[in-house]
Amino acid sequence: MSALTDDTIPVTPRAMRDEMIVFAAMAVLLGLVPMTGIYPFFVMQALCFALLACAFNLLIGYGGLLSFGHAMFLGTAGYCSAHALKVWGVSPELGILVGVAGAAALSVVTGFISIRRQGIYFSMITLALSQLLYFIYLQAPFTHGEDGIQGIPQGYLFGIFNLAKPTVLYYVVLAGFLGGFLLIYRTINSPFGEVLKAIRENEPRAISLGYKTDQYKLLAFILSGTIAGFAGSLKVFVAQNASLTDVHWTMSGEIVLMTLVGGLGTVFGPVVGAFVIIAMQQYLAGFGQWVTVIQGVIFVACVLTFRRGVIGEIAHYFRRSL
Amino acid sequence: MQALYAQLLVGLINGSFYALLSLGLAVIFGMLNIINFAHGALYMMGAFTAYFLLHLTGIGYWWALLIAPIVVGIFGMILERTMLQWLAGLDHLYGLLLTFGIALIVQGVFQNYFGSSGLPYAIPDYPQIGDCSPNAPQDAFCRRGLQGGMNLGFMFLPVYRGWVVIFSLVVCIATWFLIEKTRLGAYLRAATENPTLVRAFGINVPRMITLTYGLGVGLAALAGVLSAPINQVRPLMGADLIIVVFAVVVIGGMGSIMGSIITGFALGVIEGLTKYFYPEASNTVVFVLMVLVLLVKPTGLTGRAA
Repeated sequence: MSALTDDTIPVTPRAMRDEMIVFAAMAVLLGLVPMTGIYPFFVMQALCFALLACAFNLLIGYGGLLSFGHAMFLGTAGYCSAHALKVWGVSPELGILVGVAGAAALSVVTGFISIRRQGIYFSMITLALSQLLYFIYLQAPFTHGEDGIQGIPQGYLFGIFNLAKPTVLYYVVLAGFLGGFLLIYRTINSPFGEVLKAIRENEPRAISLGYKTDQYKLLAFILSGTIAGFAGSLKVFVAQNASLTDVHWTMSGEIVLMTLVGGLGTVFGPVVGAFVIIAMQQYLAGFGQWVTVIQGVIFVACVLTFRRGVIGEIAHYFRRSL
Repeated sequence: MQALYAQLLVGLINGSFYALLSLGLAVIFGMLNIINFAHGALYMMGAFTAYFLLHLTGIGYWWALLIAPIVVGIFGMILERTMLQWLAGLDHLYGLLLTFGIALIVQGVFQNYFGSSGLPYAIPDYPQIGDCSPNAPQDAFCRRGLQGGMNLGFMFLPVYRGWVVIFSLVVCIATWFLIEKTRLGAYLRAATENPTLVRAFGINVPRMITLTYGLGVGLAALAGVLSAPINQVRPLMGADLIIVVFAVVVIGGMGSIMGSIITGFALGVIEGLTKYFYPEASNTVVFVLMVLVLLVKPTGLTGRAA
């Protein structure tokens, strides 16, 4: 059985340098967006999903765990933040904190349950858990069911930054994205990340080397879920609502698709994938339901012909790690 | 009391669908090592095939029970030949992703043409037994196909619902018999264990894999035809069902064919009972059970270690 992310290029000092250069270029390009005519809300939305896909990729690309329920962290953090902001009237930074805490707590519980099985069973369990949560949110009074929580006040972050201004909000979201991205990057290049990769490659061997693999996987799951939750909290300020779509399992599928298109187990793949998919949804919206079909076709094409994804293929061509 | 029996019956019917679907998943998983995410979409195609047969060609329910699984089964075999077979030897997560993509395509296409609302499919009214002519006397015995109901004394049983439970039970047991007790089934089980060796005996393993996929898909389509008169024919009818079936699979484990059947029916009944005693939890009870089972016995009730 060949591994999910085969022939990844080993991390060398040169690879690290490459990645830092690309990261700097990405940060500068994204920083310049408000000066161009690009619609900032589109980029902000894409950034939230990019962070979400990066968090998801931490699990599958480096831990070999395909979570098919990552939307539950997005949605849970969104609902927690939205409720705290709107009903309790807390400040934005506290609102984000509440959302992240909610997602972290959820990831502890769901992680503990789902890492008990591996491979496709793990995927099915995460999917089922997120559907369980979907039904709970559908019936719970505080989520307002089908209507969702709407009209969320944006407020002043730390009492200084007025989030109602698109440019300010943009840089806050960008800072959040870059921070989360660096955290993930640091994680995969740490000793912890190395153990995670070892588990992905050969779990029995990692166990025989004395690693308590379940603890590593659980920790990776919690980290991934928490960062995904952070993305969900940021998204609340962009969209100014929290709704059931964010928890539904089709959203989980989209997260998988973003990562797959960009490249499983590559550092920058999920970011590119998220931008591609969000742009597609934005510009193909006129096609209505055909968007689903197009997404399905992309899924099939990715799995059949270019499993490495956009970034993975580029990295493979240049023999560089990206 | 009437309501309790009615919910029990609903539970048994849902259990029939769970059993047929998880059985097909188990058969496919056994041979192809793929979790067929497209199963829900193929179930929906079965229902739609029955609908088309009736409204385009006038072919009714009884023939649809036979034709729809064959048509959808052939469609499945084409999928296997053109796409799934290229994934052999890869991590089985790719199979999950590929079939997920297929499900999106199929459901998307149907949604484009039929929207999200349901199309009705009538319960068959033939064969007619007894005197059903318009000028028959008031008390004359008349049974129109599977329409109407029977009074069992303790409850009123709609005939069609009883038929669904019994028919799917028969199909499940027949499949179990085919796989566990016949020579063909023995080849099948041997090929799951060691395809190279079975091939050395001159058995065409790739063809067997294709046929197995067709069989599993056919079971899903059959469930679709059975459900058409009860639930309406909708493009997304399989999309939400498949996730419950996944939970059923996690609870039962996919170690044995019989395990899938029993777990499917049992969970349907439990869901029905929940609907009677505590309706708020009826959507979630299967998932909650999944969590409980995982905490106590991670491999599932009848499962082998993954």
